[in-house]
Amino acid sequence: MQSLIELSGVSKHFGDGPTRVDALRDVNLTVRQGEVVALLGPSGSGKTTLLNIIGCIVPASAGRVVLDGEAVYDGRWLRRDLRRLRLDKIGFIFQFHNLLPFLNAHDNVALVLTLAGQTAAEAQRRADTLLDYLEVGHRAHSMPAQLSGGEAQRVAIARALANRPRIILADEPTAALDSKRAGIVMDLLRKLAAEQDACIVAVTHDEKIYDRFDRLFHLRDGVLDNQEEFVT
Amino acid sequence: MNLALRDVRHNLFRFVLTCLGLSLLMAVVLAMIGIYNGLVADALNIVRAPRAELWVVESGTKGPFAEASKIPGGTRDAVARLHGVADAGSISYQTVETAHAGDPLRLYVIGYEPGRPGGPERIAEGRGIAVSHFEIVADRKTGLSIGDRIRLGRDDFTIVGLVEDVTNSGGDPAAFVTLADAQTLQSQLAPPAQRVQDARGAGLLESADTVAAVIARLEPAADLDDVARNVRQWKHLGAQTQAQQEAILLGSVVDRAKRQIGLFLGILLTVSAVVIALIIYTMTMEKLKQIATLKLIGAPDRTIIGLIVQQSLALGLIGWSFGLLLILLVKDYFPRRVVLEPFNAAVLAGIIIVVCIAASGLGVRAALKVDPATAIGG
Repeated sequence: MQSLIELSGVSKHFGDGPTRVDALRDVNLTVRQGEVVALLGPSGSGKTTLLNIIGCIVPASAGRVVLDGEAVYDGRWLRRDLRRLRLDKIGFIFQFHNLLPFLNAHDNVALVLTLAGQTAAEAQRRADTLLDYLEVGHRAHSMPAQLSGGEAQRVAIARALANRPRIILADEPTAALDSKRAGIVMDLLRKLAAEQDACIVAVTHDEKIYDRFDRLFHLRDGVLDNQEEFVT
Repeated sequence: MNLALRDVRHNLFRFVLTCLGLSLLMAVVLAMIGIYNGLVADALNIVRAPRAELWVVESGTKGPFAEASKIPGGTRDAVARLHGVADAGSISYQTVETAHAGDPLRLYVIGYEPGRPGGPERIAEGRGIAVSHFEIVADRKTGLSIGDRIRLGRDDFTIVGLVEDVTNSGGDPAAFVTLADAQTLQSQLAPPAQRVQDARGAGLLESADTVAAVIARLEPAADLDDVARNVRQWKHLGAQTQAQQEAILLGSVVDRAKRQIGLFLGILLTVSAVVIALIIYTMTMEKLKQIATLKLIGAPDRTIIGLIVQQSLALGLIGWSFGLLLILLVKDYFPRRVVLEPFNAAVLAGIIIVVCIAASGLGVRAALKVDPATAIGG
């Protein structure tokens, strides 16, 4: 199995001197294609910081980051166009879906494809296919405010997957859903990750969905617990 | 996919309301420009109305508009006989307040000699003055109609013709009468005052045959400066060319009002710029989370800048368009003339575009500083 995420000795600190806060310390992590892993830990343990580093949103203070076989950070950014990198390789799923309120469900999905340079017709086809697949095709022309929580999250998943990213980062993807819908969403994510040879890294506090992950990683005070907990 | 357009459609009501507010502001700016132009146009209209080339006035004065000027009525014959003068006419100006239909009516009475320079150039309705006394050709702004009668001094006058856009620099509409009537109006006293003057013998000493100026039109081959120099040889007379007269009028009569309005216009434009900047900045700040999401999913800066700048320009140009439409619809209801030239509207559009781009700079700066990490988490 190909490694899609490789973090070696990644550290991150904020501030210096007496105000220095070490958010991450010497984190080593490898996630392979098809894997669905969870980052667990109390508030302030560094989960979101780690997600931001994998998502090329913030630079690490030290260490090396390789995404989909491409070294993107090694003490400094190795790519200039990080947004293009995110657009091509990474899909994001947020706690509160973060759909753009002025675009309907279809256009929220199609936007990513348009930004990636696909024609309007191609974007439209792919958006329709994804929305149908996620069983929200009938709400394609609804505005985000008109969608239920579950529908909006499925549209957000469609957007995250639109450009066929190899890495999907999810921040509390089921926090706004009830347990039944949370299970459905996680099953769907697993299925899509497998189909697209992608991996998923999710930050979650939702114990009810722990069994949907291949591995659980615990973060405590910025240190990643390497005692991986394998789930069936 | 045009994000700016989609966002506008999503918040259409708020966008329309903002445009409406901006339109009213633009209408006020355009009105001030129009009033500024109107002031200059009115001042120039009155001095250009006689189509004179040379103004002969009292020596040492800048009459007849900037200062009082009084010269003997016979001056016209002397000027008309000068070499190079094709035609000359006496003219007098005075402001009179009378009443019409129970309302006070201020008139700028112009006395001229029918058949000579100084009368109305174009009659819009009715006819010109055909008899020696008691007929008036008035500006439409007086509200008078053909056949109306008004009292000037101790005599009743009939309106026989109407002209358009002949007002003095103060905005008072013009009323053309014969020079003889104007002189009577100027010199005629109320009966008790006349009796006192007669008892003093003053009436015998002072001649009523004076005029404010003599205007002259020259023969095509005549040299304007030569003729003016010849006039000035008479020590009691001064001579100004049409260009000099216009410069005097703009430089001394309307200059302060012009500068006042110009300053106010500058303040108004500054206020408009601040308001536009504030609106656009607020609109951007409300979208920061969406902008962070756009950055996170990989939208380039040009997409985000386009979203802000296009909305900003749409706001400014729609505000300008409706403001222009509004002022064109209501400009004739202003008590003073509002003159809007296409050039003025185009310059304002240019200013608005510059202001919008500059104002959106603040919003763009804020948007570009947004950390995409803001989109992650609550």
